[in-house]
Amino acid sequence: MVTPGAALLPHVLPIALLAGVVGLDVVSFPQAMVSRPIVAATIAGAFLGAPIAGLACGAALECLALEALPVGASRYPEWGSASVVAGAVSAYGVEGNMLPHPAAFAIAVVVGILVAWIGGVSMVKHRQLIASFARGRVLQLAEGNRNTVVGLQVFGMTADLARGALLGLMAYAPASLLAGWADTRWRLAEDVTRACVVVAVAAVAAAAVWKDFHAIRGTRRLFLASLAVGTMLVVLRG
Amino acid sequence: MAEPFSRAPTHGGVALSTPESGADVVVDPGPPLDAGTHYSMLLRSLAVQGSWNYESLVGNGVGFCVEPALRRLPGGVTGEAYRSALARQCAYFNAHPYLATLAIGALARAELDHVLPARIERFRTALCGPLGSVGDRLVWASWLPACSLLALLLFGVGWSPVWVLGGFLAVYNVGHIGLREWGLRQGWRHGLRLASALAHPVLQHGPRYIGRVAAVLGGLALPLAVHRAIGGGPVLAKIPVVVAVMTPLLAVVLVRVHGRTEGWRLVLLLLAILTLYSVIG
Repeated sequence: MVTPGAALLPHVLPIALLAGVVGLDVVSFPQAMVSRPIVAATIAGAFLGAPIAGLACGAALECLALEALPVGASRYPEWGSASVVAGAVSAYGVEGNMLPHPAAFAIAVVVGILVAWIGGVSMVKHRQLIASFARGRVLQLAEGNRNTVVGLQVFGMTADLARGALLGLMAYAPASLLAGWADTRWRLAEDVTRACVVVAVAAVAAAAVWKDFHAIRGTRRLFLASLAVGTMLVVLRG
Repeated sequence: MAEPFSRAPTHGGVALSTPESGADVVVDPGPPLDAGTHYSMLLRSLAVQGSWNYESLVGNGVGFCVEPALRRLPGGVTGEAYRSALARQCAYFNAHPYLATLAIGALARAELDHVLPARIERFRTALCGPLGSVGDRLVWASWLPACSLLALLLFGVGWSPVWVLGGFLAVYNVGHIGLREWGLRQGWRHGLRLASALAHPVLQHGPRYIGRVAAVLGGLALPLAVHRAIGGGPVLAKIPVVVAVMTPLLAVVLVRVHGRTEGWRLVLLLLAILTLYSVIG
C-alpha cells in the first residue's frame, strides 16, 4: 500500500529500476514482452503490495497498446516503463486483492498514456544517440574491430536501461502524489469513474481488433459472433 | 558451398529465389554448428536490436550475433578473414528482430563457406525486405495481438495476476523463442538459399489463421474483461448496461476517425476532462 509523502521515497528507486529493466525489454533486450502493460503494471502493483490494482490498470493500458503495433521503424508510445509507473500509481491506498481507488485508477491511466508518449519520444532520442556514438567509431567498425562492435551493443542497451529508469524516476513520485491529492478531492462515484475509464479503453481495443484484422476474410464476422458469445457468458456468469 | 541466387520482384519488392525455379532443391545441411556457437548466437540474438539506430538499423546487431561463428574462420579473431567478415556483417541491415536469426544463420554459414564478399553483400541487401515484412505480419500484427487478447481473456475470466502473467508470457514466448531457434537452424541449413525457408507455410499463412483466432479471442475477452474491470456485480444494473451500450458506440466513432487521430489521444483527452471535472468542478 502506498501513502503520500515520505513513505513514498523507499519505493522510488526500485520502481525506477523496474521501469528501466522493462523499458529495455521493449526493443533492446530480450523483447519477451515483459514490457506489455498487463505484465509491467501488474509487476509494479505487486511490488507495492497491490497486484490486483496493478492488473486492472495493466488491462486498461493493454487495451490502448493493442492499437499501436510496433511495426518496423514506426514511432509508437513506449508502454513498458509507462506501465510500471501507472501500475505503481494505481496501487495508491490499496493492497492485496482490492481494485484501485477511483482517483488513482483514472490518474494512473492518464499518467500511463502521458509517460508512454514521452517514452516514445525518448526512444527516438536514444536511437539518435546510438547513431551519433557509432558515427564516431565508423573507422573501427569498418576494420571489423570486435571490441567496438560489442561496445556499441553494450552502450545501446545501457543507454536504453538508463532511459527507462530516468522516466520511472521522474514520473513515479509526482504522479503518485497527484493521485493522493486527487483522491481527497474526487467527487465522482467509484463505479461511475471506473465505468468511464473502462468504456474509453475498451472502445479503443474493440476498434483496434476491428481495424487490425480487416484484411483477413471473415474476421469481422468472427469478432462480432464471439463478442455476442462473450456478452452471453457475462450474463450467464453474473 | 552455397548456390548463386537472384533477386526477383515478389513480396512487394525484393525476394530471394534460386535460379532453378521450379526444380526440386536438395539442401546441403552443411557442417554441423557446434552447440556452444549455436546457443551463443541464439542468446545474442535476443539483443540483436541493442544498438538499433536510424542509420545502420539492426546492422551492428547482426554483426554482434554472427561474431561467435566468425571466430572459426582461418586465423581466429586476429585474422584478416575474421575482421573483414565482421566489418561486412555490421553494415546496414533491416529485419524483424525474431526473424533476423534466419539471416544470422545464413550469413554465418556463407562466411564460413567462404562465399565471395560481393555475393554476401547482395544477399544481405535482398534479405532486408522479406524478413521485415514477413516478421511484422506474423509477429507484430498477429501473434502479439492474439497473445495480448488472450491475456485480457484470462483477466476477464477471473484468473489471478500470477496466472494471467504466466499464461501470457508462456504462450507468447513459446512462439517467440521457437521462431528465433527455428530461424537460426534454417538459416544455417539453407545458407544463401533461404527462399525455401521463407516459403514455410507458417510464415506465409500463419498471419491469416492467427488473425482469425485473435478476432475470436478479442470478441470473447472484451465483455468479460470490461465486466471484471468495472468491479463485477449484477449484469443488468445501470452501470454495466450503460457500459455495454457506450463502449460499442465509442468504438464506432474511433473506427470512423481512423487515420485522423489515434485512440489513445482521444482517451487522454476524455480522461483529462473527467479528472478535472471530478477534482475541480
